[in-house]
Amino acid sequence: MKRFRRHGQESQRDRLKQELFQFNKTVEHGFPHQPSALGYSPSLQLLAIGTRSGAIKLYGAPGVEFMGLHDENAAVTQVHFLPHQVELVTLLDDNSLHMWTLRAHKGLSELLEIGRFTLTGPPGAPPSVTRVTAVLPHSSGELLLLGTEGGHVFIVEVPGFRELEERNISLDQVASSVPDDYIGRRNLEHVEALQENPVNPNQVVIGYGRGLMVVWDLEKQCQLESVWWTEDGGYILSSHSDGSYCRWMVGVDDVNEEEEKSDIPYGHFPCKAIMKIIQLPTEDGPPFLLFSGGMPRASYGDRHCITVIHGKTHVALDFTSRIIDFFVITDGLQQKGDPSALVVLVEEELVVIDLQTEGWPVIQTPYLVPLHSSAITCSHHVSAIPFKLWERISSVGELQNTHYSKKPWPITGGQSLAPDPPQRDLLLTGHEDGTVRFWDASGVCLSPMYKLSTAGVFDTDADPNDNMNQGTEGEWPPFRKVGCFDPYSDDPRLGIQKIHLCKYSGYLTVAGTAGQILVMELNDEAAEQTVEAKVVDLLQGQEGFRWKGHTRLDVREEPVLFPPGFQPFALVQCQPPAVVTALNLHSEWKLVAFGTSHGFGLFDYQQKNNVFVKCTLNPSDQLAMEGPLSRVKSIKKSLRQSFRRIRRSRVSLRKHHVNNAAKLQEANARLEAELAEMELAPVQRKIEARSSDDSFTGLVRTLYFADTFLSDSSHNSPSLWAGTNGGCVFAYMLRLPPVEHRADEPITAHPAKEIQLMHRAPVVGIVVLDGHGAPLPEPLEVAHDLARSPEMQGSHHLLVISEEQFKVFTLPKVSAKMKLKLTAIDGSRVRRVGVAWFGSNRSEDYGESGLVVLTNQGDLHVVSLPSVKLQVQYPCIRKEDVSGIASCVFTKHGQGFYLISPSEFERFSLSTRCLVEPRCLVGAPLHSGPQRRPQTDGISYCHILFAEVLQEIQKSLEGDQT
Amino acid sequence: MNKNHRVPSSRSLSAVEVKSKFGAEFRRFSLDRSKPGRFDEFYGLLQHVHRIPNVELLVGYADVHGDLLPINNDDNYHKAISTASPLLRLFLHRKEEADYTTFGTDSLTRKKNTVLSAVLLRPDANKKKPPVIISLPRDFRPVSSIIDVDILPETHRRVRLYKHGQEKPLGFYIRDGSSVRVTPQGLEKVPGIFISRMVPGGLAESTGLLAVNDEVLEVNGIEVAGKSLDQVTDMMIANSHNLIITVKPANQRNNVVRSGGGGGGGAASGSSGRSSDSGASYYGYSSPGGVGAAASMPTHIIQNFPVGEIESDEEDEDLVIEVGGEAEPIRRTGSNYSMPSLPRYEPHLNLRSATTSTLSVNANGTLPASASSGSLSNANATSTTPSPDRAMERRSLEEDGTVITL
Repeated sequence: MKRFRRHGQESQRDRLKQELFQFNKTVEHGFPHQPSALGYSPSLQLLAIGTRSGAIKLYGAPGVEFMGLHDENAAVTQVHFLPHQVELVTLLDDNSLHMWTLRAHKGLSELLEIGRFTLTGPPGAPPSVTRVTAVLPHSSGELLLLGTEGGHVFIVEVPGFRELEERNISLDQVASSVPDDYIGRRNLEHVEALQENPVNPNQVVIGYGRGLMVVWDLEKQCQLESVWWTEDGGYILSSHSDGSYCRWMVGVDDVNEEEEKSDIPYGHFPCKAIMKIIQLPTEDGPPFLLFSGGMPRASYGDRHCITVIHGKTHVALDFTSRIIDFFVITDGLQQKGDPSALVVLVEEELVVIDLQTEGWPVIQTPYLVPLHSSAITCSHHVSAIPFKLWERISSVGELQNTHYSKKPWPITGGQSLAPDPPQRDLLLTGHEDGTVRFWDASGVCLSPMYKLSTAGVFDTDADPNDNMNQGTEGEWPPFRKVGCFDPYSDDPRLGIQKIHLCKYSGYLTVAGTAGQILVMELNDEAAEQTVEAKVVDLLQGQEGFRWKGHTRLDVREEPVLFPPGFQPFALVQCQPPAVVTALNLHSEWKLVAFGTSHGFGLFDYQQKNNVFVKCTLNPSDQLAMEGPLSRVKSIKKSLRQSFRRIRRSRVSLRKHHVNNAAKLQEANARLEAELAEMELAPVQRKIEARSSDDSFTGLVRTLYFADTFLSDSSHNSPSLWAGTNGGCVFAYMLRLPPVEHRADEPITAHPAKEIQLMHRAPVVGIVVLDGHGAPLPEPLEVAHDLARSPEMQGSHHLLVISEEQFKVFTLPKVSAKMKLKLTAIDGSRVRRVGVAWFGSNRSEDYGESGLVVLTNQGDLHVVSLPSVKLQVQYPCIRKEDVSGIASCVFTKHGQGFYLISPSEFERFSLSTRCLVEPRCLVGAPLHSGPQRRPQTDGISYCHILFAEVLQEIQKSLEGDQT
Repeated sequence: MNKNHRVPSSRSLSAVEVKSKFGAEFRRFSLDRSKPGRFDEFYGLLQHVHRIPNVELLVGYADVHGDLLPINNDDNYHKAISTASPLLRLFLHRKEEADYTTFGTDSLTRKKNTVLSAVLLRPDANKKKPPVIISLPRDFRPVSSIIDVDILPETHRRVRLYKHGQEKPLGFYIRDGSSVRVTPQGLEKVPGIFISRMVPGGLAESTGLLAVNDEVLEVNGIEVAGKSLDQVTDMMIANSHNLIITVKPANQRNNVVRSGGGGGGGAASGSSGRSSDSGASYYGYSSPGGVGAAASMPTHIIQNFPVGEIESDEEDEDLVIEVGGEAEPIRRTGSNYSMPSLPRYEPHLNLRSATTSTLSVNANGTLPASASSGSLSNANATSTTPSPDRAMERRSLEEDGTVITL
């Protein structure tokens, strides 16, 4: 077929395509799904998180992040940095050990896997002998001690993973050197913990599952006893499954030890195990004692707590989900100073607590923010926010963050070399609990800016003071809730479904599950006001139907005090209160259009008056009429809660939680495989043409405002366009009064056109193209001199995007001009569509507008405008990942976001010019000799970058910063 | 069944005497010539007077020339009433037993096969030049056709279903399955899409051209290999107004057997509308120029039915309602675009026919033993006419070149 085309033109176009489009998955925002291991390198100041899917993620200073993925699809159970080096070791669920390093390449660091190793025992030994349960990277940086389920400790040389068989500490050796009355006849069980003496690197404590602790001297092979060495090396702390911990004094060369102190902190009644215990000294004061767990089993067994005791201060930090691991960052280069911050990884978020400020406030995380603190129900992206609006939003956001610590983020490893983002972008996420969160999406770190709650407008069952149950005097243990993960919505009707923000005027409209539409304005001051609801009947007298869904939300009648920020001034409630499925705001005309499965309406928010309503419901469509059964939701919720309960009881049962989690996962995987097999049983699909009698044909999918030629080709006028699920497009001509009478003269709307697409596929997008074939600019964009005014001379075109086709019609007389069939050709359907501008990476001033399309196959397409020709196609999301595809949102410059888990956005780019990705560098500490341990006389090892060039880069960067 | 029939009121001068024959039984009654009523009422009346309420009937009458003509809609019913002088002779048949060939000119006097049966299977020809013999009643609307017989391997069948204007549902289901293909490595099991169920009374079932367990190979010229069940479902629904499915029938016994020397001209005329076009057969069998000739030929010849029918305005009209006006179909102004990077329909057909014929050569010619489903007709074809195989083999080699250039 190519021979029929002109070659020159074709190759030129191909070259242009290369200049305009390229596909990259750039960065993952949010909190990793199902984290399973935590590690920290005090020398690199880097945090590492492993996940159940085998991913390993490293974070340092904001903007410094790395990601690696193990080839094995197994959970990461342990992550350990090699002390004072850029290597780290991961232990997977399948008992394999992996060595990773940060290697510099072209001035940027990369995370690379450099080796893997599986422990091989003596021939014929059962697998449990070599099943690794504890890993200790020795401070020499050359040895790795591996404790196993069989009770042996294997010693391996790193980074080569060479087994040093002669140095292994076998169970027999230990048993023979420990007095018989300690051993008894019972097995010592697995190695539970390995710790190195902070003062004498030759001493290692081995904790066995049965409770015996052995201090082993790697050189002398003499034994003592212990799990946490106090910093001066004089004491050992051990924690136990009954919720007690013991402090042991260690005689230097003495074989005899004595229990100095034993305590069950939350005693009397049976307590749960203390999973981990740490004690850190302070320069001039009592030490910090931190431990996780140990709660009274009966009353608080379900809490996820870390207790911090410092002198007289005793707080039980109550977390939102299961604690995976924690560590403490201390001041000073040698990590010998006072503890400054506690870093806790729980299953759903990362919490950092400032231990040096009064009251131990939480430090706000610049990354790893749990996007899903309430489930995300929709998202909306606004590119290139004007500076003024940005300032106002961030200042009202700061007012909300007063309870956070003022201290800077304590994890500062590496250097971010990424250039400053070219523009300010906002990502707005709507949540199940009725909140809208504003995220700074300009750069690599997706950081929270402002949180808006719409729940205050309505009367819900939840008492706002309900969750303020903390701070009760004399409560024991002294709980303090920390973290923001709270997935349980009090009222599912509050859920946000659609968001539209006008970046020029600061008007925001949000719509929710119960047919509520709020119009809001940004106000820098708090204000007390009553929000009046306008109920709009979308059925328009259609009778014989019964709405079986949820009821309308009750609006508070008394005035409500709204904090500074976006404050509602108008509220529309649809009747029946079905989910709002389409929403648009025109800030220049001060109009909001909204649609549900029953019809659509136009609201004038200046006069607070509904202009018109159109019912799109097919009278025979019973399903749309009745609405969702609200019971479904509650079943889902109760299921979730009972699962949570089961999980809790499992937590309490488990001794070896990571292992058990792995087993649980295995069982789950098996179950999933079985389910998948069940689904392989013959599935059949009905082949039937769509008809007008199908369900939900009246559901409004898209609404669009345009100033275009609707009646004749010489007079343009404002218009509203609506597209439905049944392939129908409605066009209304709007008559707006002159500006001086805008407040008192009514707005009128007349039906102008109705187009029924023959293929009846849902209409997912409507765009009007101007005389040059470019999409019409956004409202107020021209007024702010940010876009050229649309070409009104040439004829306008209407582009209707259905799930199956892209079709261009002429205007004002609607006749088909051209089309691009998608489904008929390759069987994929349009799921998401957006208009984006692509700049060329070769010439600064060349660019094109195009349609960005995500199909149900998970492929991204770019379709040219106005010729509707397919330009490029990239696979992006697995087609099975339905929620990922549904969550996708496009930016105006060819980037996009989609959820890769409930808590993480993957960012991608289709543009050659707009690319946001981490570019960072981590300096490796240089070592002079085999003695890497800094001596107590204060000679510190140096942070020296391994190349002078890199040093210079750093200097120039620092120069830039100051 | 409509039982609400209109009883003739009285015997007046304007009455039409009716003598109706069903099997060996006669019934006599009269109708008002000026108020004949509707056909369905008349049909109900016939069932009533013969006491056969649930029997599907084919109604015929003898006109003034003695021809047996059908009555199946209001128009020809009124015609029959108005021309009856004075006796109207009716002949009723059970629909399932009906012999359609009996209708036509002089059919009552001279039993002769007319071309009507062929016309029935050639709707395209009907559309272009309406048959002069009799009018085409509603029952004779095309519902399906077999097309491209001359360019497809004998083991495949390309079926076109006419949904347009029909109230009947398409009425079939598809499923995943696996089929055996002949590959250079031998027999290989590959996933495929199969018809899993027919809805009784649906369009697909009524045509008799599709059956359960037929493997779906193409939808409107696009191969389904490598596509998921959902994708194929969406493709079929997107093309539902004019669905062309290429299947490999599970029952290979009813295949169209090509007659005559395939190496020659257009002898293998199937029932496709353009089969008489010499260009099609030129392409199909004897292209001496090989690659270049095939590729440089106008696309409408390569494709065996006109482009207009796939993309016809009539089939794909959107309706637009202007304010206060009547609904009118949207007229097309510009040219029609389709995806440039994906194969267009026509060239793809070209490619397909090349590859499928390659496959058929494998099945019939070089590997006759392994063609498991070749069955009866294949054997016949190869034994009686060995020459087409050679011709096809040559062609396939030449067109492998085409495949590469594409």
